[in-house]
Amino acid sequence: MNDELVIAGRRFRSRLFVGTARYPNQQVMLKALEASGAEVVTVAIRRVNLQQRGESILDLLAGKYFILPNTAGCYTVREAVTTARLAREALGINWIKLEVIGDDETLYPNIPQLIEAAKQLVDEGFIVLPYCNDDPVTCVTLEKVGCAAVMPLGAPIGSGMGILNPYNIRLIREKVTVPVIVDAGVGTASDVAIAMELGCDGVLVNTAIAQARDPVRMAAAMRLAVEAGRQAYLAGRIPKRLYAQPSSPVEGRVWFGGP
Amino acid sequence: MQEPYIIVNGVKHKFRGETLHDLIVALGLDPNRQGIAVAVNGEVVSRSEWRELRLKPNDVIDIVTAVAGG
Repeated sequence: MNDELVIAGRRFRSRLFVGTARYPNQQVMLKALEASGAEVVTVAIRRVNLQQRGESILDLLAGKYFILPNTAGCYTVREAVTTARLAREALGINWIKLEVIGDDETLYPNIPQLIEAAKQLVDEGFIVLPYCNDDPVTCVTLEKVGCAAVMPLGAPIGSGMGILNPYNIRLIREKVTVPVIVDAGVGTASDVAIAMELGCDGVLVNTAIAQARDPVRMAAAMRLAVEAGRQAYLAGRIPKRLYAQPSSPVEGRVWFGGP
Repeated sequence: MQEPYIIVNGVKHKFRGETLHDLIVALGLDPNRQGIAVAVNGEVVSRSEWRELRLKPNDVIDIVTAVAGG
């Protein structure tokens, strides 16, 4: 069945994006990535540790995955734009998961700075996927400035609280034409399924897999949840109703009440 | 008098008047390998310019790579 995710003309075989941070160790990470079936995996850009050099994460991932760098930890347009340029230089890829954080406790995005950074990076030829609020107006604005997708949060990063505002996610899906990838906040498989049932085009998961008791098993669960949610969305759910409706036929019941 | 220095990834290094390429080699990094990028004073310097770029005292150099991230 042909139901591929397409972003900026590129086709992806999986709608699940997986982060590479916070796993118990690299072996577990690699096994979890495999179990997730993900094609897109995210990385951060940080200073090289000149004292103690270990195996590069790129050596582990290159060739097997589509590596999507982020600008995590950036608080200003300048930091985010410079980090994106460094990522392009280091990885030879012009895709960027743009994060411009506004507050270090909630990790909510700074929207004015995010929009400005997105504009600049689009102008420089980047494929920009911005992590943003679950706000339809923000998402429409990001699409207008040329972002290739929008990545609204389900809940604060790492919180595991799930899709806190499903109505907004639905509105976003209806208001923008670019792919909507829920980024952040999912805690378990049902959260992912809900995002997909709402019509999202994909979900990015990191902490919910990496910090699960069994990350590999949770990665597999997330894969199934993405597939189940997507299929349910495409199948079209029944409307909710307050009163029951018998599923068995009413006519022809055995009746002991007389003629 | 204080000796001239440069700052590499937040740490002071003695300034030797070297090129960016020479610095990268001196730090034990392979300049021909993909995966690293460099900014000097906040501006990204593309790989093709590493050999030409001669560092100046007080330059702030950031050498970055990809790490695990979400």
